[in-house]
Amino acid sequence: MKNSRWLDYALTIIVLTILWYGASLLLGSQLLPDPLSVLRRLLHAVREEAFWEHTAVSAWRLIAALALAFMTAVPFGLVLGSNERLDRIFAPLIYLSYPIPKIVLLPIILMLFGLGDLGKIILISLIIFFQLLITTRDAVRSLDREVVYALQSLGGNRWHFYRHVVWPVALPGIFTSLRISTGTAVAVLFFVESISTSRGLGLYLIDAWGRADYTTMFVGIIALSAIGIVLYEAFDVMERRLCAWKNL
Amino acid sequence: MASSPDLLAVTGLGKTFGPGAHPKVVLKDVHFHVGYNDSLAIVGPSGCGKTTLLLMAAGLLPPTTGEIHLEDETIQGPSRKMAVVFQAYGLFPWKRVAENILLGAQFQKIHVSQEALTAIKRELDIENLDHLYPHQLSGGQRQRVALARAMLLRPSLLLLDEPFAALDLITREHLQEHLLILFKKRKFSFVIVTHNIEEAVFLGRRIVIMDPDTHGIGEIIDNPNAGTTGFRTAPDYFSKNMTLRHLIEHPHEKQPLA
Repeated sequence: MKNSRWLDYALTIIVLTILWYGASLLLGSQLLPDPLSVLRRLLHAVREEAFWEHTAVSAWRLIAALALAFMTAVPFGLVLGSNERLDRIFAPLIYLSYPIPKIVLLPIILMLFGLGDLGKIILISLIIFFQLLITTRDAVRSLDREVVYALQSLGGNRWHFYRHVVWPVALPGIFTSLRISTGTAVAVLFFVESISTSRGLGLYLIDAWGRADYTTMFVGIIALSAIGIVLYEAFDVMERRLCAWKNL
Repeated sequence: MASSPDLLAVTGLGKTFGPGAHPKVVLKDVHFHVGYNDSLAIVGPSGCGKTTLLLMAAGLLPPTTGEIHLEDETIQGPSRKMAVVFQAYGLFPWKRVAENILLGAQFQKIHVSQEALTAIKRELDIENLDHLYPHQLSGGQRQRVALARAMLLRPSLLLLDEPFAALDLITREHLQEHLLILFKKRKFSFVIVTHNIEEAVFLGRRIVIMDPDTHGIGEIIDNPNAGTTGFRTAPDYFSKNMTLRHLIEHPHEKQPLA
């Protein structure tokens, strides 16, 4: 299983590289550098400290934002999903605020939390917060009533309810949401790092674009995508370990 | 409340769902009792309130009217003297069989010796299933696991909500006999809700027939020879089946019992 997964990845990369190469031939290497040039530049970049500094800063911002969203949205979603009264109180607020494009709050958030890491982390968290909250709440809502009765009849208390029923029921949905959120978070990270920052892969990429150094720009795209893929895979591995019952 | 000779006494029990102008009456003025080492079957058509009645008796659903007493305790929530087995097994899909079996004992801080655990698994023929998840088991195995989990709580009263309804005939009869072996050996009482006439006759020493028109009990019939594994071949078993079928099909027509 594990080997076939790596094989799938390898085959996908080969196919994408061939398509990329074909497209660069068609469009010209000025506009779309060929994969071999990008690979050579990447091998050069990984020997530079600055490249790793940009990558580390971006990775830190992403992980911190996902962690912050997880720590705030998941407990809230677990409580709302298992408490109809609270859900009724908060549902209008969630439905009103979910469709608002939170990215427009960027100036306000940067004014409130500064131009450093905190403002960027809070903005990314805010954008994925609702996605994670709604998925968690809905996963808990799908809970079979009989399982709740079973827990109560066995003498389970409120803590047991959250620990042995609500949490395991919600976990697969939470992982799905985290995987989807990773893509959103990378996109928002690129946006916030393309303005008002001195470090990060977004800046690295935009800076290369500004200098019309498309080969370096593609190195930035690959690095940013790699962080997303590593996080996506990490959530996948965690889900397979923690939700083994779902995957049999 | 003075002490009662009954293990379970249900008096004037009623349940109405929904507020406002259109409440739905499900049960009205239900009375019955269950003695020690006794068995009671509650039978009736779908939607007559059997499961609601059982959930209220289990303390899982508050009644609108009436009272439930278990020995000297007024039931207002789940009691440690009772265990419940559900139609869809009530197992936790994310826990392995070994964890599912011990969960109630863990919640109630009941010490379960290795011997007791091995004994109940052997009695229910689930000795080699510890590492599996519920969805990897057959329906019969799942219900055995649910029974083992209930038995480890050493209940005075076992409540069963259509526990064998989803099983094929052979597995169902096999599990009914397993239940009676446990009943004889472990000296508890049980109340079983079922829509299956044969099951009610085989297991219930008294049979409560629910009347969907009055939302109450239509009839209670004595069936003293039930509750033994050999009863299925006794002549009384067939006549009781006929009587019960008649009473369910013609609820307002009284007939002398066979």
